[in-house]
Amino acid sequence: MRARVFVTLKPSVFDPQGKTIADALHSLGYGGVEDVRQGKYFELDLATSEAAQAKKLAAEVADKLLANPIIESYRVEVE
Amino acid sequence: MKFGIVVFPGSNCDHDAYHATRHILGQDAEYLWHKDTDLKGADVLILPGGFSYGDYLRTGAIARFSPIMPAVQAFAAKGGPVLGICNGFQILLEAGLIPGAMLRNRTVKFVCAHVHIRVEQTDTPFTNSARKGQVLRIPIAHGEGNYFAAPEVLAKLEANRQVIFRYTTAQGDVTDEANPNGSIASIAGLCNEARNVVGMMPHPERASESALGSADGRVILESAVQSIKSGVLVARA
Repeated sequence: MRARVFVTLKPSVFDPQGKTIADALHSLGYGGVEDVRQGKYFELDLATSEAAQAKKLAAEVADKLLANPIIESYRVEVE
Repeated sequence: MKFGIVVFPGSNCDHDAYHATRHILGQDAEYLWHKDTDLKGADVLILPGGFSYGDYLRTGAIARFSPIMPAVQAFAAKGGPVLGICNGFQILLEAGLIPGAMLRNRTVKFVCAHVHIRVEQTDTPFTNSARKGQVLRIPIAHGEGNYFAAPEVLAKLEANRQVIFRYTTAQGDVTDEANPNGSIASIAGLCNEARNVVGMMPHPERASESALGSADGRVILESAVQSIKSGVLVARA
């Protein structure tokens, strides 16, 4: 199975990169883009064919390595 | 006494730390490869600056799982003095030896400059020979030095006097302009609750002899020698 892990900075954490991208978009005339938050996206190829197991494993590696719980949160999708 | 300098793939201040401790301070020093698990009798550990594992994923995130890290954690748990400099500090944060995390600098730029830091506390193995309030001129070189901690964690750090260095003006005043990266509360260095593990973004080893433009960082490494000599916080590896 494939798991997708989306890691994002927590809402309370300032994102200097997202701010810079938003500023760039504004200077390009995209005033309609009010804010940008940059995150990370991971695709994990897993040996299991069980969705529940895949989700559990992806969450485990996200907790252990992919995300830093002090500043980031994550979301897992499996297919 | 002996300094152990941990070398990760991508460390690039390991030789600077070796030079400062061995040639300037005249102490014994030895490199410790990150795949080893033996600290070779070191009295003090230095996790040097650099770009361990290319800073992939997050700074320090992969290095914290290096084979030597359980030995470093055990050494720290016994009260052994550990100094994390720049990337070494980031590794200590990822390893949970010091609370908090690093964000990209608020300017989104890599900052390489001499800055001023004020010594906030002297009861650590790396500041015992400094004066409280002393202002040191020491270089920084980092892209992710914007220290972050949740408000309740920051309050605890302040209450426990775990903030060891703050970015200030040359006169020792905390101002927003003197904060080079956006760190919360202008934090440049911290210690753990037991006070034997210190992490700092500025590079004392790069400011340890006048030929380098400043010798202000020397007091930090000399403090470690002093702490071993005086027998405080000793835990031989």
